[in-house]
Amino acid sequence: MSVGSAARSAAGARSAETSKLLGFYHSPVGKKAVMAVTGLIGAGFVIGHMLGNLQVFLGPEVMNAYGMKLHETPPLLYGARTVLLIAVALHIIAAVQLTRMNVQARPKGYAKWTPAGSSYASRTMRVSGPLLALFIVYHLLHFTSGVAHPNFRYQDALHKVPAPYENVVAGFANPVVSLVYIVAMILLMLHIHHGAWSLFQSLGLNHPRYTPALRSLARAASYALLIGNCAIPLAVLAGVVK
Amino acid sequence: MKIILHVWRQKGRDAEGKLVRYECPNVSEHMSFLEMLDVLNEDLTARGEDPVAFEHDCREGICGCCGFVINGVAHGPMPGTTVCQLHMRHFKDGDELYLEPWRAMAFPVLKDLMVDRGAFDRIIAAGGYVSVSTGAPPDGNALPVPKSDAERAMDAAQCIGCGACVAACPNASASLFTSAKVSHLGLLPQGQPERHERALGMVRQMAIEGFGACGNIGECEAVCPKRISIENIARMHRDYLCAAFGERPHGETGSAG
Repeated sequence: MSVGSAARSAAGARSAETSKLLGFYHSPVGKKAVMAVTGLIGAGFVIGHMLGNLQVFLGPEVMNAYGMKLHETPPLLYGARTVLLIAVALHIIAAVQLTRMNVQARPKGYAKWTPAGSSYASRTMRVSGPLLALFIVYHLLHFTSGVAHPNFRYQDALHKVPAPYENVVAGFANPVVSLVYIVAMILLMLHIHHGAWSLFQSLGLNHPRYTPALRSLARAASYALLIGNCAIPLAVLAGVVK
Repeated sequence: MKIILHVWRQKGRDAEGKLVRYECPNVSEHMSFLEMLDVLNEDLTARGEDPVAFEHDCREGICGCCGFVINGVAHGPMPGTTVCQLHMRHFKDGDELYLEPWRAMAFPVLKDLMVDRGAFDRIIAAGGYVSVSTGAPPDGNALPVPKSDAERAMDAAQCIGCGACVAACPNASASLFTSAKVSHLGLLPQGQPERHERALGMVRQMAIEGFGACGNIGECEAVCPKRISIENIARMHRDYLCAAFGERPHGETGSAG
């Protein structure tokens, strides 16, 4: 065997190994597993993010110190941002591929279709998902980079550390902005309501003893996210936080 | 009583179809849904029109032949039943009902309310079997099976392959059907040797046939005439993921033999 063909067959073996490594992803069940793991990362993040943001009720010192602390620990901040970015990207890629497959699977719809057992939240994941993706872009431009914020302040201009308290109060003083956030939180509630238990089902975890509890937990988490997150713009509009 | 039907009429696989309105003036509440269609078909035949094609066989709710969508619900409004076991007493005088075939890319319409479910056969051929030597029947209880395993396997084995799960799923996913077949063999000792190959083969075939992905919304179990639970879908996912991650190339093991 010549050197060239040996190298070629080695390359062939390597690509066969790679395709086996990611072979699980070729089927819809593998794609759903990716949706589930990345969704779990997202769901965990939104809960932590809400708990962090609720510190706005403890006053500007606590809130801004929290923001400063995050910026003073770059491994935490950039580590979390990297993981989240990858998770969101994979979640979107898998969702687009699955949705394309699902649309092709039902080329002609019913003249009449009546839901028999599904929740509104579960049927509208395809709507709440893309709208939340748009919201995330706006949200990052608004409170993280400040591009979409008319009076974005820094507590440490030299190191570009934003002042979250002042930015939140100024941002939510605009009722239109607050309304956008509240609508987005309703979408998040719907998405989590189904997604936070459905992800366990996708990963193959369903048991009559635990699944009802997981479904209740997902519901509770979705309502907590709605109430906790909406409390902030509502408090700013009501003048409680100023 | 009088029932007004809007029935999907389609001459053949590639023909254009449309909903056609029919009036059934003398429907007895004791008739099954299919018996009402039998009467309609007799009228149509007498008038020289083409009768409505629908699939049926046992009319006892156990063969899995019949089924179409009534007012947007597969097998109609009564849970846990096929259309042949659905009786007209569950409808009111003057009801308007829309009858449509199972809608899925993988289930092409053959005629009117009849679809080709050959895709299900090909999914079964991809792994829905156990390879055992034939011969004299084995002694009873020679292979011990825990009672709860036997019961869950039997629950899954109730699937009659009617296709209502695909029809009800907004993604036309065959996950409930396939998972029932994966579970009813995978829960039993006889099904263990091929358990992983079965999950891989059947899940891959499902995608090849053009069925969609499961969104865990539960429409399938709500319309299933045998009330197969989506717990089976989780088991299929589990088997598939274990198999896909643990798959070993042939020849890597077994040198001792």
